[in-house]
Amino acid sequence: MTHHSRPSTQEHYVAPFDDVTSFEELKDAPPPAKFKLTFMGKIGAVVVTFWVLIALLGPFIAPLGENELPFPDAYSEFQAPQPGAWLGTDVDDRDVLSRLMFGASRTLGIAFAATIIAYFFGVILGIGAIVAGPKVDLVVSRINDAFMSLPTIMLGLVVVAAVGSSIPILILTAGFIYTTVVFRLARGIGMDIIVMDYVEAAKVRGDGIWWIVTREIWPNAAMPLISDFGLRLIIVILFISSLGFLGLGVQPPQADWGSMVRENLGALQYGESYLPVIAPAVAIATLTVGINLVVDDISSHAGRKLSGRM
Amino acid sequence: MLSLIAKRLGIGLITVLAVSIIIFLGTKILPGDAAELRLGQSASAENLAVLRERLGLDKPYWQQYLSWLVNFVQGDMGNSLSGDTPISGLIADRYQNTLIVSGLTALIGVPISVALGVMAAMFPGSTYDRVLTFTSVTLVAAPEFFTATLLVLFFVLFLGMGSTIVSGSTDGMGLFELIQHFALPITTLCFVIASQLIRMSRAAVLNVMASPYIEMAILKGIPRRRIILRHALLNAIGPIVNVIALNLAYLITGVIVVEIYFSYQGLATLIVQGVQTRDFVLVQSLGMIFCATYVVIMLIADIAAILANPRQRHPK
Amino acid sequence: MMDDIVFQAKNLQIHAMRDDGSELPIVKGVDFKVHRGEVVALIGESGSGKTTISLSALGYCKPGLKFAGGQAELLGQDLTNMTTDALRPLRGQRVAYLAQSAAATFNPALKINEQVTEAPVIHGTKTQNDANLRALELYRALELPNADTIGDRYPHQVSGGQLQRLMAAMALCGDPDLLVLDEPTTALDVTTQIEVLKAFKKVIRDEGAAAIYVTHDLALVAQIADYIVVLYNGEIKEKGPTDVIINNPQHPYTKRLIAASRLEPQTQHSAQEQPAEIEPPALTTTQIDAGYGPTKDGRPLVQILHDVDLSVQRGQTVGVIGESGSGKSTLARVVAGLLPPASGSVVLADETLPPALAQRNRDQLRRIQFVYQMADTALNPRQRIRDILGRPLEFYTGVSGREKKDKIDELLEMVDLPKSFAGRYPHELSGGQKQRVNLARALAASPDVILCDEVTSALDSIVGANVIALLKDLRERTGIASVFISHDLSTVASYAEHLVVLYAGRVVESGLTHQVLSNPQHPYTRLLIASVPEMRIGWLEDAAKARITPTGTSDNKFSTASGCPFMPRCPMVIDNVCSRVTPPRRQANPGSNHGFACHHDVNALAVETVSPESHQI
Ligand SMILES: Nc1ncnc2c1ncn2[C@@H]1O[C@H](COP(=O)(O)OP(=O)(O)O)[C@@H](O)[C@H]1O
Ligand code: SF4
Ligand SMILES: [Mg+2]
Repeated sequence: MTHHSRPSTQEHYVAPFDDVTSFEELKDAPPPAKFKLTFMGKIGAVVVTFWVLIALLGPFIAPLGENELPFPDAYSEFQAPQPGAWLGTDVDDRDVLSRLMFGASRTLGIAFAATIIAYFFGVILGIGAIVAGPKVDLVVSRINDAFMSLPTIMLGLVVVAAVGSSIPILILTAGFIYTTVVFRLARGIGMDIIVMDYVEAAKVRGDGIWWIVTREIWPNAAMPLISDFGLRLIIVILFISSLGFLGLGVQPPQADWGSMVRENLGALQYGESYLPVIAPAVAIATLTVGINLVVDDISSHAGRKLSGRM
Repeated sequence: MLSLIAKRLGIGLITVLAVSIIIFLGTKILPGDAAELRLGQSASAENLAVLRERLGLDKPYWQQYLSWLVNFVQGDMGNSLSGDTPISGLIADRYQNTLIVSGLTALIGVPISVALGVMAAMFPGSTYDRVLTFTSVTLVAAPEFFTATLLVLFFVLFLGMGSTIVSGSTDGMGLFELIQHFALPITTLCFVIASQLIRMSRAAVLNVMASPYIEMAILKGIPRRRIILRHALLNAIGPIVNVIALNLAYLITGVIVVEIYFSYQGLATLIVQGVQTRDFVLVQSLGMIFCATYVVIMLIADIAAILANPRQRHPK
Repeated sequence: MMDDIVFQAKNLQIHAMRDDGSELPIVKGVDFKVHRGEVVALIGESGSGKTTISLSALGYCKPGLKFAGGQAELLGQDLTNMTTDALRPLRGQRVAYLAQSAAATFNPALKINEQVTEAPVIHGTKTQNDANLRALELYRALELPNADTIGDRYPHQVSGGQLQRLMAAMALCGDPDLLVLDEPTTALDVTTQIEVLKAFKKVIRDEGAAAIYVTHDLALVAQIADYIVVLYNGEIKEKGPTDVIINNPQHPYTKRLIAASRLEPQTQHSAQEQPAEIEPPALTTTQIDAGYGPTKDGRPLVQILHDVDLSVQRGQTVGVIGESGSGKSTLARVVAGLLPPASGSVVLADETLPPALAQRNRDQLRRIQFVYQMADTALNPRQRIRDILGRPLEFYTGVSGREKKDKIDELLEMVDLPKSFAGRYPHELSGGQKQRVNLARALAASPDVILCDEVTSALDSIVGANVIALLKDLRERTGIASVFISHDLSTVASYAEHLVVLYAGRVVESGLTHQVLSNPQHPYTRLLIASVPEMRIGWLEDAAKARITPTGTSDNKFSTASGCPFMPRCPMVIDNVCSRVTPPRRQANPGSNHGFACHHDVNALAVETVSPESHQI
C-alpha cells in the first residue's frame, strides 16, 4: 500500500485566542432533568389529594352517621338524590354520601396500612436475601415464587374464610400477599445495586453489612421503590375492594367502597337511580386512576426516547 | 440452550412442589379436619376415629401428604366434603365454562391489544397514542366491577341488549352463539386484559426504541414501519410474551369478580363456594390446579422467550 | 475538483432544549468543508460537540437537541430543515454512519447480512442479489475471515474487531458519497485497532469516498485524515491540513491536545536499577494462580492467572499491561483480597496478607487501596463528596468533626479540586473530576499501595494526561507505591518505572520500562509496541510493512495449563515445543531483572528484531 500524501488544499485557520483563557475540562453529561408533573399528572394529583382529604376528614364532616337513616319514617330503598341524601339512599335506606365518606377512610386506610406492611417486610426480605448470599437467596426466592403462583384473590378468600374477616385480618392478609410482590421488586432493584463498584469499594474498605445496606444500598434503592409504591397501592385498593365486593372484605354494617357496590347491585335492576352502585365504583376508579396518572408521569420521566426521530 | 430450558423446567417443578407443601400444611393449620367437618360438631369420638382411619387421617403428615400428592397426580382428588361427590367431576363441569370464556377472551383480546400497543409505540406522542394511553391508564387502574357496571349500564340498560345474568346450558352452541351468550363477561375481561396488554406492549417496544441499533436503523434511512416491525418488535418479544402469559394465567385463575358479577358457573365461583362451605378438600385441589396452570403458562412463556433470543438459539 | 464539495457546515448551530423551555447552545457556529476523496477529522475532548456535529451530516440530532441556525449541506442540499421523510432516501445511501460501538449498533436479533445489505435494498438502489455480492466483496476487502459465511451469523457470534469491520461494510454497501465515522476504533484493543484502521483506510481510498472521522486520538488522526478540525466547547479553535496541525499547531488548545497525546515514556533516573535493594518492596505477589468458578481440588474451574510475580518499591510504580481479558483486573482483585488466589501469596512490606478480605484486619485493609476504572459506578450517586471522602477517614483513622472536615479539604486540594466540591453530588462533576474524587477516596486511607485499574481508560487524552500528572505528583509527595493497570501502553509507559506484560494470565515479559521498550524480547511485547500509533504521518503504512506477526488480532485466544499461550499468533513458534512445554523464564541481559518467557533465547530472538523500522512510542 503506498502512502497517501496528497496535501489538503484547504486553508489553515486559527481562532483568535489570548494567553489567559484556560481550557476547563468540559462537563460530559447534561444535568438530569428536573421532574415536573404534566397536565394529566396534575389532574391526578388533585384527585388523589381530594380523596385523601375525604378519607382523613370524612367521618367528621359526613352529613349523617354511617348507619343513620335520612328518612327514618319512610320506606326509602334506592332513592334518587334529593335534599338530605345528596347521592340517594342505599339498599338499607341509608345515606349513600355519608357511607361513601366513611368508606373512604376505611378503603384507603386498609390499603395504605397493608401496602406499608408489604413494603416493610418485602424490602427487608428482598434486600436481606441478597446480602445473605446466594444459598439463602435461592431458598427464599423459590418459596416466594410458590406463593406468587397462587392467585391473590384466592389466597385472600381462603385466609379470610378460615380466620374470619376483620379489619386487622384484612390488613395483614393483603400485607402478606403483596409482600411477595415487593420482595421480588426489592430483590431486583437490590441486585442491580449490589454489583456496583461503590458497594464493592465499601466491602474492600472493611465496612460491615449494616453500613453497606443502610448507607450504600438503601439510599439508591429508595427512589425506585418509592416510585413503585403508588402502583402497589392501586393494586391493594383493587384487592380490598374486590374482597369487599365478594362479601369477604369489610363486614356490614360497616361501609367500604367495594362492599357498597355489592350491597347495592340491585339498584341496577330496580333502583330509582343507579347512583348507589355508580358512586362507590366511580370513587374507586377515580382514586386509582388519579394515582396512576401521577405514577405514569413519574415513570415516563425516565429517559427520552428515539421514536420521535424515526 | 437445552440446559437452560431444563433448568427452567426444574424450577417450575420445584415451585409446584413447594406450593403443594404450602397448600397441604395450610389446610392442616386450619381448625377442624375432614372427619370433623363431614360428621359435624355433634359427632362422637368413636365415629370420628373410624372415619379418620378410613380417610387415612391417623397417619403421619408426610404419609398423608405423599398419598394426597400421588392421588392428585393420578387425577384422583377425592370427594368433596359437602355432598360427597368426586371433585374431579365438579371441576370438569366448571372448567368448561372457564375455558370457553377465557379462550374466547384471549382469542379476541390478546391480538387486538398487542397490535394497538405496538401501533401506539409507532406514533408516540400522537393523538392516537395519547387517547389510547389515557384510556388504558384509566382502565388498568379501574376495578373489574367498575368496567362491568359501565358495560351493563350501556348495553343492557341503555341499549336494552342481553341480560345482566349469564346462565343456562351451553351444550351444542356454536362459536358465534357462545360469544353471544358470554358477550358481557368476555367484553369486560377483554377490557381488563387490554389495558394492561396495550400499556406493556407499548412500553416493551418503546424500551427497545431507546437502543443504539434503532438509532442506527434511523440513520440508515429505514422507514418507520420496518423499524418497528422488523428491528424493534423482534427484540421486544420476550417482555410481550411475558405479559400475555400473566394475563392468560389471570383469565384462568383470577376472574372471580367477573364470574360473580355475571353469575355464571366457572372455576372461580367454585372456589368461592368451597371457601364458603369450608370444603377445604375442594379448595386444596383447586389451589393445586391454579398453581399448576400458572406455572405451566409462565414456563411456556419463558421457553418462548429463550427460543426467541438468538443468543440462546445460536450459541457462539 | 476544487469545488467538488460533498459536505459543508456553514455557521452551524445546534442547541439543547432544557426542561424549563430555555435553550443551551451546544454547537456555536461551525464552518468546515469536506471534498470528494478527502478525510476530515473532528477532534476534541469529550463534550466538545464532535458527535453532534458529525450527526448533522445525516440531518440528525439526538433527542433533546435541535438545529438552531446555519446550514449542514450534503451535496448542496441543506439538511437542517428537511423532514424525516425527505431525509430518509439520503441516509444510508448518500451518507452512511459508523458508530463507536459496533456491538451496540448491530441489532442482536437479525443476521449480519440482512443488516449490512438493508439500506440499499430498502432504498431500492440495489437488488438483494446485487447487495449480497457487494457485501461479499466488502467482506473480502476488509479481510474478514470466512467471508462467504460470516453474513449468515448473528452479531454475537463474531468478535468485536470483526463486528467493527462489518459495520464498515454496512456503511459502504450502499456506495455512499460521505462516510461519518464516530470513534470507530476507540473500543478496540490496540493490536486489533491497527488492523481495523488499515482496513478502513484502504476501503475509503479504494472507494473514493469522502469521510468525516471523529476521534480524540491525535495519533490516529495523523494516520487517516487529510484535514483536521479542532473543536472545544462547540467552537472551532483551529483547522488545517494534517501535517500543519500535527507539526506546526498555533492555537494553545491544539498544542495542549498534542502534548497530551505525546506522552513521554518513563526513564527517570530514580528508577534505575539498584542492585542491592535497601528496603523490602512495598508489595510483592509470588506465584499467584487464580480464577473463577467452583473450585475442584483447590483449582478454580476457569483459571485466569498462572504463576504471576510482581513487586513494587515504595514511591514507585509497576505498570501492568495486557489486552482485555488478559487478567489485569483479576490480579488487582487478588491483591485487594476480593478474590482469594488458588495458590501463591501477597506480601505487604513485611507481612504476608491473608488471602481473603474477611480475614484481613483493618490496618491491612487500609494499607492497600483500590481505585476503580469507572468513577460513575465507583462513587455512590446518593452520597455527597464529603461523605464519600469522609467515610474512609473516620473508618480508618477515627477522625470526626472539625478535624475530619479539614482532612477532606486537604484531600480535595491534593487532587486539585476546589473545597466547595465537598457539598456536591458525583453527577454534578465532570468525568475527570469524578476520577479525582475516586483517587482522593483511596488517598484518604493514607495507603502504602494503590491499585489503579484502568483509571484513565474512560477519559480522553487531555483529561487522562491531567490525571496522570496528578498521580505522578502524588507519588512524589507521599511516597506511595502504585500498581497501574492499563491496556494502553503509552499511558502505562509514561507513568510506571517497571512494566509487567500479561498475556492470557501469564507474565510474558517484565522489567524496567525503558529496558522493555528499547529492547523488547517477547514476540507479544514486540507486537504490542509496534501497534501503538505514533503521531507522525505515514506510521500506519510503515507499521503495516513491519508487522511481525502473521495474525494481528486478538480474536484467537489460547490458554492451556502448559505450553505458550501466544502460540497461535506467534511468528516464531517452534513446532511441538511451544504447544506442549511451558516456556522457561529467561533474562534479557545478565544481572538485570528484565526477563521474559519464551523458548527462544535472546540471541535467537535478536535475529527477528531486524525489521525495516525500529519502534518507539
Ligand atoms: N441529548 C442531549 N441533550 C442535551 N445535551 C446533550 C445531549 N447530547 C449531548 N449533549 C451535550 O452536547 C455536548 C457535546 O456532546 P457530544 O457531541 O457527544 O461531544 P463528543 O462527541 O465530543 O463527546 C456536551 O456538552 C453534551 O453534554
Ligand atoms: S514460547 Fe514459542 S510461541 Fe511462545 S512466544 Fe516463544 S516462540 Fe512464540
Ligand atoms: Mg462522542
